[in-house]
Amino acid sequence: MNQPVLLSPLLRQERMPHIWCPGCGVGVSLNCFVRAVEKSGIPQDRIHVVSGIGCTGRVAGYVNVDSFHTTHGRALCFATGLALSRPDSRVVVYSGDGDLTAIGGNHLIHTARRNVDMVVICVNNFTYGMTGGQVTPTTPENMKASTTPYGNFEYTFNLPALMEACGATFVSRWTVFHVRQLIRSLEKALKHRGFSFIEVLSPCPTLYMRRNRLGNPLNMMEQFKERSVIRNGEGTAGTSLEEGADLIVGDFIEVRRATFKECYERRMTEVLGERFVPYEGVR
Amino acid sequence: MLRGETVLRSGKHFMDGNEACAEGAIAAGCRFVSGYPITPSTEIVEHLSRRFPEIGGMFLQMEDELSASICFQGAVWAGVKGMTVTSGPGFSLMMEHIGFAAMTETPSVFVNVQRAGPSTGLPTAPAQQDVMQARWGSHGDYGIIALSPASPQECHDLIITCFNYAETYRCPVLFMMDETVGHMHGKVTIPSMEDIHVVERRISTRSPSDYAPFRVVEGDVPEMTRAGAGHRIHMTGLTHDERGYPDMTTAAQESLVRRLCGKVNNHVKEISMMESRHVEGSDVVVISYGISAQIAGHAVDAVRAAGIRAGQVRLISLWPFDDEAIRNIARSTRHIIVLEMNLGQMVREVERAVRGIVPVHAVGNAGGRVIAPDCVVEKIREVLR
Repeated sequence: MNQPVLLSPLLRQERMPHIWCPGCGVGVSLNCFVRAVEKSGIPQDRIHVVSGIGCTGRVAGYVNVDSFHTTHGRALCFATGLALSRPDSRVVVYSGDGDLTAIGGNHLIHTARRNVDMVVICVNNFTYGMTGGQVTPTTPENMKASTTPYGNFEYTFNLPALMEACGATFVSRWTVFHVRQLIRSLEKALKHRGFSFIEVLSPCPTLYMRRNRLGNPLNMMEQFKERSVIRNGEGTAGTSLEEGADLIVGDFIEVRRATFKECYERRMTEVLGERFVPYEGVR
Repeated sequence: MLRGETVLRSGKHFMDGNEACAEGAIAAGCRFVSGYPITPSTEIVEHLSRRFPEIGGMFLQMEDELSASICFQGAVWAGVKGMTVTSGPGFSLMMEHIGFAAMTETPSVFVNVQRAGPSTGLPTAPAQQDVMQARWGSHGDYGIIALSPASPQECHDLIITCFNYAETYRCPVLFMMDETVGHMHGKVTIPSMEDIHVVERRISTRSPSDYAPFRVVEGDVPEMTRAGAGHRIHMTGLTHDERGYPDMTTAAQESLVRRLCGKVNNHVKEISMMESRHVEGSDVVVISYGISAQIAGHAVDAVRAAGIRAGQVRLISLWPFDDEAIRNIARSTRHIIVLEMNLGQMVREVERAVRGIVPVHAVGNAGGRVIAPDCVVEKIREVLR
C-alpha cells in the first residue's frame, strides 16, 4: 500500500497533480520556497503570492495562500499595489525569465529602483516553456529555440547584475541543485526589508534541453553541481553566464536601504509635518 | 485613513472638471491611485498627489499605463478603493487590464479624459472617439459600465456613482470624460458626507471552508474578500471555477463569461441614467452625451424659440446601452439626430435600438473642437424640410 503523500499545508492538495513536466525545476524551487516560508515563521495568511504568465506563473495556483495569477509581465505592478496596501504581509512575486525580464522588463527595473518591499523569485529556464520553447532575453548565445532555429544570436541579460544596477537590495542566484542554499536564501529574503531578487536556474527538459541535445534533466543537475562556484557577498561583477565559464551562484548583494514606503513617509513627514497622514491600506 | 468630513471640501467651489473628478473620487472613498501622466487628464493625478498625503491616500506614478492600470487592482484586492486615470493612447494601453478586471471581477474605476485620435492625435483637444473602445476595447466578451459627465459638477458627482457601481457589480467602470469637460471651469458644490451616497465593499463574513471568491450566493455578483482575510483565495485571468481555480473546459467558459456579461447587461434598468425633455409629441429629438449634450441643449432651445417641436435626450450612462428607452423615444418623435464628437459611433447603437421606427441622422466631426450649435440647428431644419 502506498502511503498518502503528505503535502505541506502551504500547498493546495486539491490542485495536485501539477502541470509541470517530469524533470522540470519549477516544482523543486516551489518545494524550497514552501520550506523557507515554514522556517521563516511568517503566518500563512500573511504571505501573498503574485504570478505572471508562463510555467512558473502557475505557482500561484498551487500555493495555499491568497494568490493572484495576473497578466503577462505585470505581476510586479499588481504586487506593488498589494504590498503597499497590506504593509503587514509579505508579498512574493513568483514568475519566469520570459515573464519578468522580457514583457515585464520595464516593471522589473522600476520596482527594483523603487525598492518596493517584496520578494521576487525568478525561475530562469532559458526559454518560454508554456508557449513551446521560444527564445528569451536569457537564452544563452547560439542555443536553439523554436524561434531561433539557427541558434540565438542576441546578447543575453545577466539578471543579478541588472538588478544590482537598478538598486535591488538583496540579490541572489542559485540553481535547483542548491536546495539547501536556496531555502536559506529565500528565508533571508523573506526577512529582508526591501526589494529582493532571487534567480533560480532550472532545467526545461521538454523544450530547451531536448531541442539543444543537452541530455536528460540529471545531466543538467550534474552541470549545475560541477560548474557552480559559490561567491557570497561579493557583488555581481563577473557573474554572467557565459559558455564555458564558471557558473557563479550565491547571495551577491545584501544591503539595507530605505524602502519605497519608508522614503515616501520620510519625505512627507519632512515637508508636511503633522499634516501628513500615512497611507495604511488595510491592516 | 481619514474619512468623512475631515477630508471632504464641502461647500461651493469654482473648479474645473478634472479637479472635480479628483475631489469626487476622494468623496467616494478612493484612497489608492496609480497613474501615468498624459494630457489632458494629468491635473487629476496632480491634484491627488497633493491631496492624498494629507488624507491617508497614496498616489503612485508608475512607469507606464500598463503598470498603472493593474497596480491599483493590487490595492483593491487588499481591500482599498482604487482607480487609474488616463487619456487616448494610455487608454489603448490599459485595455489588457480592463479585461483582467472584468475576468477577475475586480471593483475598479478607469477615468479616460478623451482627446482626439487616432494615435497621438491632438493631445490638447477634445473628442468622443473612444466610446466604442470603451465597450469593446479589451478582447473577449464581458459586461462593462461607462458613464459620461457633461459638466464639472457631474465630474464630481458621477465619479462617485462609478465607484458605487464598481462595488455593486464587481466590474470595471469607465468614466468617459473629454478634454472640454475636464478643463471647463464651473460651479461645483461638494455636499456634506451625509448627503453623499457611498456603497462600501461587501466583504464576505463566511468561514474559509464556506467561501469561494467567484461563487454566486445571491443575485449574480459574488461576495468579495480581501488579501489576508483568511480565505486563502486564488484568482486568475484564466477561465476559472467558483474557487478561482483554472478550468479549461468549454462548460466553465460558457457559464463564467455568460455571467460576466449578464451581471451587467441584465441590470440595464438599474444602471442606465439619462435625461430627456420635450420628447413626447416632438418632430425631432437630439440624442447626445458629455459636452456635446450641452451643445445639443443650446440648439434645441434655439429651434424651439423658432417654433420647432424639438426634444432632447442626454445619455449619462453609455454602457450598458438602454435599447428599450431609446426605442420608446423613437415612438414619441419623427426624427432622431445623434450628436457626438466622432465620425459615427453611438449613432450605430441608436440605429440598432430604433430598428427603423424613425430615421436616425448623425452630426459629428473628427474631434479637435466642440461642434457649434449652428451645425445642429442646420441639421434639425434639414431633416424637417
